[in-house]
Amino acid sequence: MASLLSRFCRKLALPGSAHGSRMTSTTACGSETVKSLNLYSAINQALHIALETDPRSYVFGEDVGFGGVFRCTTGLAERFGKNRVFNTPLCEQGIVGFGIGLAAMGNRAVVEIQVADYIYPAFDQIVNEAAKFRYRSGNQFNCGGLTIRAPYGAVGHGGHYHSQSPEAFFCHVPGIKVVIPRSPREAKGLLLSSIRDPNPVVFFEPKWLYRQAVEEVPEHDYMIPLSQAEIIREGSDITLVGWGAQLTVMEQACLDAEKEGISCELIDLKTLLPWDKETVEASVKKTGRLLISHEAPITGGFGAEISATILERCFLKLEAPVSRVCGLDTPFPLVFEPFYMPTKNKASSSSSLSSPSKTHIF
Amino acid sequence: NKRGGRVKLQPMVMPQSEFDHAEKEGALYGKVMVHESVEFLLVQKPVSVAFGRFAVKIKGGDMALSRLTSRSNGISRPLSTAFGRFISTDTTPITIETSLPFTAHLCDPPSRSVESSTQELLDFFRTMALMRRMEIAADSLYKAKLIRGFCHLYDGQEAVAIGMEAVITKKDAIITAYRDHCIFLGRGGSLYEVFAELMGRQDGCSKGKGGSMHFYKKDSSFYGGHGIVGAQVPLGCGIAFAQKYVKEEAVTFAMYGDGAANQGQLFEALNISALWDLPSILVCENNHYGMGTAEWRAAKSPSYYKRGDYVPGLKVDGMDAFAVKQACKFAKEHALKNGPIILEMDTYRYHGHSMSDPGSTYRTRDEISGVRQERDPIERIKKLVLSHDLATEKELKDMEKEIRKEVDDAIAKAKDCSMPEPSELFTNVYVKGFGTKSFGADRKEVKAALP
Repeated sequence: MASLLSRFCRKLALPGSAHGSRMTSTTACGSETVKSLNLYSAINQALHIALETDPRSYVFGEDVGFGGVFRCTTGLAERFGKNRVFNTPLCEQGIVGFGIGLAAMGNRAVVEIQVADYIYPAFDQIVNEAAKFRYRSGNQFNCGGLTIRAPYGAVGHGGHYHSQSPEAFFCHVPGIKVVIPRSPREAKGLLLSSIRDPNPVVFFEPKWLYRQAVEEVPEHDYMIPLSQAEIIREGSDITLVGWGAQLTVMEQACLDAEKEGISCELIDLKTLLPWDKETVEASVKKTGRLLISHEAPITGGFGAEISATILERCFLKLEAPVSRVCGLDTPFPLVFEPFYMPTKNKASSSSSLSSPSKTHIF
Repeated sequence: NKRGGRVKLQPMVMPQSEFDHAEKEGALYGKVMVHESVEFLLVQKPVSVAFGRFAVKIKGGDMALSRLTSRSNGISRPLSTAFGRFISTDTTPITIETSLPFTAHLCDPPSRSVESSTQELLDFFRTMALMRRMEIAADSLYKAKLIRGFCHLYDGQEAVAIGMEAVITKKDAIITAYRDHCIFLGRGGSLYEVFAELMGRQDGCSKGKGGSMHFYKKDSSFYGGHGIVGAQVPLGCGIAFAQKYVKEEAVTFAMYGDGAANQGQLFEALNISALWDLPSILVCENNHYGMGTAEWRAAKSPSYYKRGDYVPGLKVDGMDAFAVKQACKFAKEHALKNGPIILEMDTYRYHGHSMSDPGSTYRTRDEISGVRQERDPIERIKKLVLSHDLATEKELKDMEKEIRKEVDDAIAKAKDCSMPEPSELFTNVYVKGFGTKSFGADRKEVKAALP
């Protein structure tokens, strides 16, 4: 419960923003202005810039015309007109299929799926049509201009159908990219990169952070490269890997571990498919331990992929089994959400984090 | 419409009283009416439109009334009060005309005259008032943060739930999307179960694990309560398929909204139902707004009853419980003989889409209050009850007070109920529970007792 409260009460100083040393790829130049924005405003800014710079880009989805249910698309319809920013009827399969068609004609289609839980009717279109288009046409056609944005993740009271994290389903599909930002500044850069990337991208936004996360975001047009993980906190005892909203939870666990004298290295994957194996591998070779955390259920979650890959690459350097602190294997519950979620206490008490000095034989 | 749109709501003309009639002749008229009415009550004949020289063929073909309003003069007062108590349990048949004729697609519309009884009228009033009160109470509970998550309220649309219940049995299945509180109540759910489920307590109908959007009642064939709109329609057609096999002369009402009417799976379900002659009735509760999107923005053809193309359809005034009743009766007979049929209920919701939607950014307050004044289903029944002299204003007010108390009691009882056990997190994932404990130093491992 305390962890749930702490999730709610924080107006965040996000991981990475306060730390000096990071291998980040973007920094605002001294002369550029920054503004304090929350996540939905940052995404809004990114969309404004995207539509401004490319006259053949479109934003559409359910209710985007008036600003969207999370206000990510405010002002777009007024500024760019109803021909470029428009509402669609309630049909996800149709929306994504429509987007694929638009993208196939060389346009940039930024599709909004209102909530990631509703993306499943469109799953066939994404997996069978979008992901394989370039491949099966021998590069004659492609739908690289397609970007699908969906708010994902728990929000405290979302229940079964407003809290799911479906990233694992899409990470299993070669041909698309899956990108998840952790903060407003990252979101703006990553979204612009995703829109301009010549491959179809599924962009999941942590809806819990829409208002809760506030950060200094540069106002100019900048992109953050995809498929590059970022080490947002350096350490030497254990590597923690995560993405999206879960990083804030993990950072709390890191701070708790610091008090016990455990130095944690926190990595934000940013792009889940294709993911930056080298950064994580180098980090694990340094520390010898790995803990992965995500909200999705543990069985078959993306943590399994990371775990398997790291085991292959770093087997001799690992001092303990790879630990996964994830959601439980149940449908996302309603009243039981605090029990289901991978909280910082679960992470802190996980064997890897609580006693890294001992070698565990499970 | 605030955005210059063209949401056309059917104007509904309320039943006029005799005293508004152009041909009235003043006090003498009134006196004669009293006598006629009293005689009628004694004789208990079904009303027909032709009623001697007092045949009131009101312009526009509205209610065929032959009774006094409660504003009757002193002569009738003692008589009506004497009869007031007497009538409340009476099954005197009454014929009521629906407000509007039915519009049909590929079938013959049913007649506008609906057989009813005094008992039914009063029941309708009571249950609808109960539903209304329940929804308003849920509103306050949500604002008090006792209900978390989502809460989609049904007030304004009660006539659909009531009219449907009046003509079906517990074997007929109903399946709907998430605006399901009143339908659950209509299917025989208790107020306590409703509030307990809304607040996530273990005595709720889904053991507190479903919440507002997931009410189910197996013994009344109420299949819930679905979050993803449109997904419940193929499910409903599947239930109809099973019913056809079992040969129990039962049908399924698969309900959805105007927003969901654009989902592809609906048309898949329609095609299969028509191909195999399934007894499924697709009910589109057209409240003209899919969340915040007006119907004309989302649908090329807002005539949802025609969307079935080769499947017959009927457009019904969803704010008139008797029209709904007649349509459902007709639909049930049709479905058992000929296969699927679509019913479009032209209705309206006063609240926004859910509790986080104020409901006024995409429609004007004038529109909402206009509908409330002209077409409110409970007001309609109230006027009918009063004009048929089945109860006085005071009795109805007392009924409403009783209802309020009933709702408050249920809420108090539900508040006392406990939350579900933590072990419930793991039950019912599969048939034999996952077994369930999270344990280990990591507290993340779930040991499952697989069957």
